[in-house]
Amino acid sequence: MDMNQYLDMFIEESKEHLQAINANLLILENDPTNIQIVNEIFRSAHTLKGMSATMGFEDMASLTHEAENVLDLIRNDKLTINSEIMDVIFQSVDLIEGMVIHITEGGDGSADVSNPVRQLRAIVSGDFSAQQEVAAASAVAEPEAVAIEATVESSDRDYGLDDYAQTVLKQSKDAGNNLFWIKVTLNDNCLLKAARAYMVFDQLESLGDVIKTTPAVQEIENERFDQSFEVVFVTMHPLEKVKTAIQNISEIHEVLIEVISVKKTDQETPVAKTTAPVVNETKKQETAQPAAGRKPAAGGKTIRVDIERLDILMNLFSELVIDRGRLEQLAREIGKTELQETVEHMSRISGDLQSIILTMRMVPVEQVFNRFPRMIRDLAKDLNKKVNLEIFGAETELDRTVIDEIGDPLVHLLRNSLDHGIESVIDRKKAGKSEEGTIELRAFHSGNHVFIEVKDDGAGINKDKVLKKALERGIVTQAVADTMTDKQIHELLFASGFSTAEVISDISGRGVGLDVVKTKIESLGGSVGVDSIRGKGTTFLVQLPLTLSIISAMLVQVKNEKFAVPLSSIIETAVFKKDQIMMAHRQKVIDFRGRVVPLVSLQEIFQIPSDQIETDDEVAVVIVRKGEKMAGLVVDSFIGQQEIVLKSLGKYMVNVFAISGATILGDGQVALIIDCNALIK
Amino acid sequence: MLEQKEIVGEVKVIVFRLKDEEYGVEVQQVRSIEKLEHITRVPRTPKFVKGVINLRGVVTPIIDLRKRFDLEESEYSESTRIIIVAVNDLEVGLIVDAANDVIDIPVDAIEPPPEVVGGVEAAYLRGVAKLDKRLLILLNLDKVLSTEEINQLDAFEG
Repeated sequence: MDMNQYLDMFIEESKEHLQAINANLLILENDPTNIQIVNEIFRSAHTLKGMSATMGFEDMASLTHEAENVLDLIRNDKLTINSEIMDVIFQSVDLIEGMVIHITEGGDGSADVSNPVRQLRAIVSGDFSAQQEVAAASAVAEPEAVAIEATVESSDRDYGLDDYAQTVLKQSKDAGNNLFWIKVTLNDNCLLKAARAYMVFDQLESLGDVIKTTPAVQEIENERFDQSFEVVFVTMHPLEKVKTAIQNISEIHEVLIEVISVKKTDQETPVAKTTAPVVNETKKQETAQPAAGRKPAAGGKTIRVDIERLDILMNLFSELVIDRGRLEQLAREIGKTELQETVEHMSRISGDLQSIILTMRMVPVEQVFNRFPRMIRDLAKDLNKKVNLEIFGAETELDRTVIDEIGDPLVHLLRNSLDHGIESVIDRKKAGKSEEGTIELRAFHSGNHVFIEVKDDGAGINKDKVLKKALERGIVTQAVADTMTDKQIHELLFASGFSTAEVISDISGRGVGLDVVKTKIESLGGSVGVDSIRGKGTTFLVQLPLTLSIISAMLVQVKNEKFAVPLSSIIETAVFKKDQIMMAHRQKVIDFRGRVVPLVSLQEIFQIPSDQIETDDEVAVVIVRKGEKMAGLVVDSFIGQQEIVLKSLGKYMVNVFAISGATILGDGQVALIIDCNALIK
Repeated sequence: MLEQKEIVGEVKVIVFRLKDEEYGVEVQQVRSIEKLEHITRVPRTPKFVKGVINLRGVVTPIIDLRKRFDLEESEYSESTRIIIVAVNDLEVGLIVDAANDVIDIPVDAIEPPPEVVGGVEAAYLRGVAKLDKRLLILLNLDKVLSTEEINQLDAFEG
């Protein structure tokens, strides 16, 4: 079977299961007696095993198999969780994650699993061996996912067993085994049918022996069956256990089990008796409304869409926005009421369409936040600190492109908080704080932005140390340093060149500085700030745009050319008299609210050709900022504020000075977007 | 006769005019041919980069081929065209004096380029095709669109 077409799905599902395992393991670590959680983890691990085995990733399958054995013991109360076991399981999960990444990158997912496999086996055999019999007999906790089941009342069923099978059945029966006829029906939307079937067989084989299947095993492996297949099965386990085992596999629609009675007479075929235990009778009622009480199946209400398709949709839509602008203009010129009304209606609809398309690209930050608890746990262990990570607002949504990029900067901020913010247990006690530090990770919406806050209750920033370091590194001069406010000193953390590998351990220590974080966030159109109270803690606040594809901008005109200035960098627009312009060091400056702001002539910077001579005695200026610094861009006129669709200039022209991209205006022409950061030194 | 041609192999090329010469680019590399429209100048780029246009929603850079080859400039006219070519993921428009023909050239009619043809350096050429009465210069678009040169110029100007 060609597996390539399933590879993407396999990778996606594996990631989801690993994510779930990680999250659940953390819960389990805090609440080791929660068997429900173990069951969840077990199910995820089991699915992973089945999928990886079907896809031919043997190392992954064998490792998950061993992990599953350990989990099985835990959930059957045969093994008590301790931190060693948790660590081994965490390591195994890491290894599996590595394999998935390897597979994603086109590898075969092979890895040396012998070490964790040995450890896992040691756990299984060491603490547990003699009680196996008991485990077999003990009832398994009913999982909360209630699969639909039913029993069929049929008196004479032909199992199509040959003489040999008959004999085997008879002997097994005599030996006190149970004989079952099982019919498994898969969900209609089950894609990896062979994989699910494999998982069913795998499960069955761990409980007993499969005598016969309809269709034949070969057929099932090649996915040549409809939604269901039948199995004749010999086991020493009770019906209920077999049923539960199969139902634990996902995407199983229905499991039908009948007891086969082998007649001692000469009759050729065994006959089934209806023997569904009483427990099942109550469930039969529930089957009247199919799918009721089931976990929402993946693929029920959502679909996966390639992000590229959304980009194409977005592109097409922006075409429409441009035409809309043109139509509005034409309708005004023509002045016919009916036409204007129709165009207005269309504008409103396309406005709604725009917001829907934008929300389609939005995903909850949860995707990024999910991996942090695990990371903090490991890091806290390494650093020998006690930390509690609290996450708020994980459901806050952000544009997919931002989500993809924001992970690393956040990891950096969190590590920073843990490494340098939170004190050691001893220091915390000395300071009269609780042993366990707290890091709050909070995401929330405000206006057109999403804010992400990383807040710790650690020692706060040591201003003197920061200043000393900044002076040593020549980032500030003594004269400047004397006049700096607390806030300005804190901002020094983000200065490039501030943090290097041998920097005092109090502020950084990894060779990568917070300036990298700042650069990254600014490249996403956001900003980052820091606030700190000595002894109380530090708060980093990251501000991000809701979306990268549409931004608000001010359109300005210089001679015959139009430019867009992102609203996010504009402080305000103003008109000055020519005689208000002063000279300082051959640089034109103006006095803007008591501050001396340098003027930048767009005409000079962009070498804009001009044939007319300046006669105006007023200049229009857009005051823009980069952090605390400001500059005034001299333009000819302001056209107005507008939502613009961001477009790249393409690969042919990279790194054009002071231009961050382009947009298409209502008249179909291209206007360039000014990168204000490049204009402010 | 026809069969014989097929055995030899042919290249289908779009023919365009630049100054007094006729040039050709393989049809597979050509996305479309556009009439001249408003070009937005992009500041601080090499002289031969005329700017960008809105090509059905995609911002596409435009190169003036005359300037690219250091040929004398001329006013754009009614026959001036932009040939949109795609090479190595790059989509770029080339301004040419006219574009009005598609012809098949037998592969064996293509000869390696002499040092300089019509003032264009041999490095930018793939070869010269001799047809009955005309001489067709085939362009090496990889070289013409090489961004190395742009980046060098960038460094120089910036």
